Amino acid sequence: MKYLDEYRDSGKTKKMLDAIHRKVTHDWNIMEICGGQTHSIVKYGIDELIPKKINLIHGPGCPVCVTPVEKIDKAIEIASNPNVIFCSFGDMLRVPGSNTDLLKVKALGFDVRIIYSPVDAVKIAKENPDKEVVFFAVGFETTAPPNAQAVSLAYQTGIKNFSVLVSHVLVPPAIKAILNSKNNRVQGFLAAGHVCTVMGYKEYEEIANEYKIPIVVTGFEPLDILQGIYMCVSQLEEGRHEVENQYARVVSRDGNLKAQEIMYEVFEVSSSKWRGIGEIEESGFKLKEKYKDYDAELKFGVLDYTIEESGECISGLILQGIKKPGDCPAFGTKCNPEHPLGATMVSTEGACSAYYLYKEKKIL
Amino acid sequence: MEEEKNILEKLSCPLPIADYDTVTMAHGGGGKMMNNLIEKMFMHYLSNTMINEKHDGAVFTAEGHKFAFTTDSYVVNPVFFPGGNIGELAVYGTVNDLSMCGAKPIYLSLGLILEEGFLIKDLEKIIISIKNACEKSGVKIITGDTKVVDKGKGDGIFINTAGIGIVRDDINISPSQVKEGDVILLSGDIGRHGIAIMTTRENLDFESGIKSDCAPLNNIVQKLIDEKIEIHCLRDLTRGGLGSALNEIASQAKIEIEIEEKSIGVIEEVRGVCEILGFDPIYVANEGRFIAFVKKEDAEKALKILKSEENGEFASIIGEVKSKNKNGIVILKSLMGAGRILDMLSGEQLPRIC
Amino acid sequence: MCLAVPGKIFEINDSDELLRTAKVSFGGALKVINISFIPEAKVGDYVLAHVGFALNIIDEEEAQKTMDYLKQIGDIE
Repeated sequence: MKYLDEYRDSGKTKKMLDAIHRKVTHDWNIMEICGGQTHSIVKYGIDELIPKKINLIHGPGCPVCVTPVEKIDKAIEIASNPNVIFCSFGDMLRVPGSNTDLLKVKALGFDVRIIYSPVDAVKIAKENPDKEVVFFAVGFETTAPPNAQAVSLAYQTGIKNFSVLVSHVLVPPAIKAILNSKNNRVQGFLAAGHVCTVMGYKEYEEIANEYKIPIVVTGFEPLDILQGIYMCVSQLEEGRHEVENQYARVVSRDGNLKAQEIMYEVFEVSSSKWRGIGEIEESGFKLKEKYKDYDAELKFGVLDYTIEESGECISGLILQGIKKPGDCPAFGTKCNPEHPLGATMVSTEGACSAYYLYKEKKIL
Repeated sequence: MEEEKNILEKLSCPLPIADYDTVTMAHGGGGKMMNNLIEKMFMHYLSNTMINEKHDGAVFTAEGHKFAFTTDSYVVNPVFFPGGNIGELAVYGTVNDLSMCGAKPIYLSLGLILEEGFLIKDLEKIIISIKNACEKSGVKIITGDTKVVDKGKGDGIFINTAGIGIVRDDINISPSQVKEGDVILLSGDIGRHGIAIMTTRENLDFESGIKSDCAPLNNIVQKLIDEKIEIHCLRDLTRGGLGSALNEIASQAKIEIEIEEKSIGVIEEVRGVCEILGFDPIYVANEGRFIAFVKKEDAEKALKILKSEENGEFASIIGEVKSKNKNGIVILKSLMGAGRILDMLSGEQLPRIC
Repeated sequence: MCLAVPGKIFEINDSDELLRTAKVSFGGALKVINISFIPEAKVGDYVLAHVGFALNIIDEEEAQKTMDYLKQIGDIE
């Protein structure tokens, strides 16, 4: 498949690896923001093949992982309504709420459906006029324009039995929160390539300048990640701190303006809670006033929820890159993909799940 | 209070069966959860030397002859899918389980559970498929049963088949026969069946030429045996895919297996759909593929035989048995050469965006 | 963020303003993808698809530059 195979070619990746080995002279901590990048790193064994001097820290780039428990509980409450068809991306189904998860709700006989695209949920609403269709609109900036387009579509075609449960989070505030934390060890970032496909990388320039930290917009295939690491390490070794773009075949500085236009038509920035991290200012999206009829939290009155998290799960520390899954006493024993304590074990992009799938027996 | 309750539960039930109150779809997925259910409940109550082998079928001796006996149920939805229907699946599935024991399948039973409202003409199509599948695999259906349930209580049609086959005295094919140094062959490309089913799901809306690989395996297995290939173990790939089959054998035979990812064949279209849905082809269901653990010296010859088969274009040597007497582990060497543990699938694969 | 896959535009459906879509080929399997974020797209273009939407057109020239960069690093040092 074009634009995939050449970025997985073993000859090319070996060349890139050799170049990294030749380049690095000091110890460096680099964080890859996106869960998809973590997945690739662990799947292809990149973290084992790069020099030991480079420590890859897995960042919070998994919207599934950082969705607050309250949102999951709200989703479960809404889905457990016989008049509701609850639509969600597959990723969310096994994420544990306070007591249960959406997959178990489905097992109880409620209408919970996995969809591939948000517009499919609007289609379902059109085909089932006597039901309320709710879509769990989760994601980073990458998924926000498609989710916005779905809401816009419903609005423009007068479909009233459709609403969205919004749980969108934004990357730059998360990066700042990590850099501001006193335990921060991150010295360079591999920025999330697909988020930047939509948003561009303008917003990262001020961060690179203010915190004097290199940021390389990086793709997801092994060659992309290795090249991103190479570019980041080069900057660190040379004492530079710029924003560079490894993923130039789809990312431009301004991003996709049309997608942004649709996104900002429907959403506006708001404060947001991140599971395991806490509240971060201006780090999420909410529906604009014009679209409040499409807000599932208002429609179903599920507004006030406060939950305390399980003490054992250290996913917050893992998401901030302070600890690794192997550091968690519950990893692989009490906490595993069948019985996850936190979202980082459930989500296929979660650091704990990636470690479990690929390294579990070695650690244990 | 919660903690206390948990401690009490632990004390009173030394083998906690499950942390789920109800059965979930993942329990039928062919992965870890299903295996847990089998281990912790079924095997706990039903254990005996034969079922403990946990091979695809049970081999036993009666009146001086070796027989293999197996059963399987078919609940596929949709009932008609690209490349086949539930009828041929029901025949081939059981024929294949018998072949995996090294048996020559001879007779099948056929149990039908029909939902009120199921179209008679669809039923007839399925029965005709069953007839054709039996002819293709050289077996006969010699007994059967039919039940009808109320509308809403069954997914159109459920089928159960049980099968019996004869095992030659000199054939001994099971996980316990696997030896260090055995080479592992894969009879063809993977993922067609699972993806063929996926592409028909309305809400996923794909257009593709992918057809299920649903096929009988007894003829090719017989060919390998006739050509004197020393086969130690066979396993057909079904739910949970290649990944689960490798793990099952690794755990039953207590071996360390090493597989090369680049040697596993996947056709372009299957790859395309897997990429979009975020599926790993290694865990996608198949219905006409198997893995064979053979004596190292016979591997090349076995590969030639597999490749000469109708669907054997992508047959390949995928790995080897590194050592025996381990806890059962499958290592997958990635395209870049780094090894990672290939675990059993947890639950079932769900389309993902992340 | 995460799962976005490259595919080639096979056919464009311009009939609906809101739902401008294309049949995109992923290894030969065709899926309907919404292309309202890339109004300039044409048949034969490669796009990056995420949750049924094309996020951008893949720039072949830039892709080539990535490969050239690799050659550079591989050869120089």
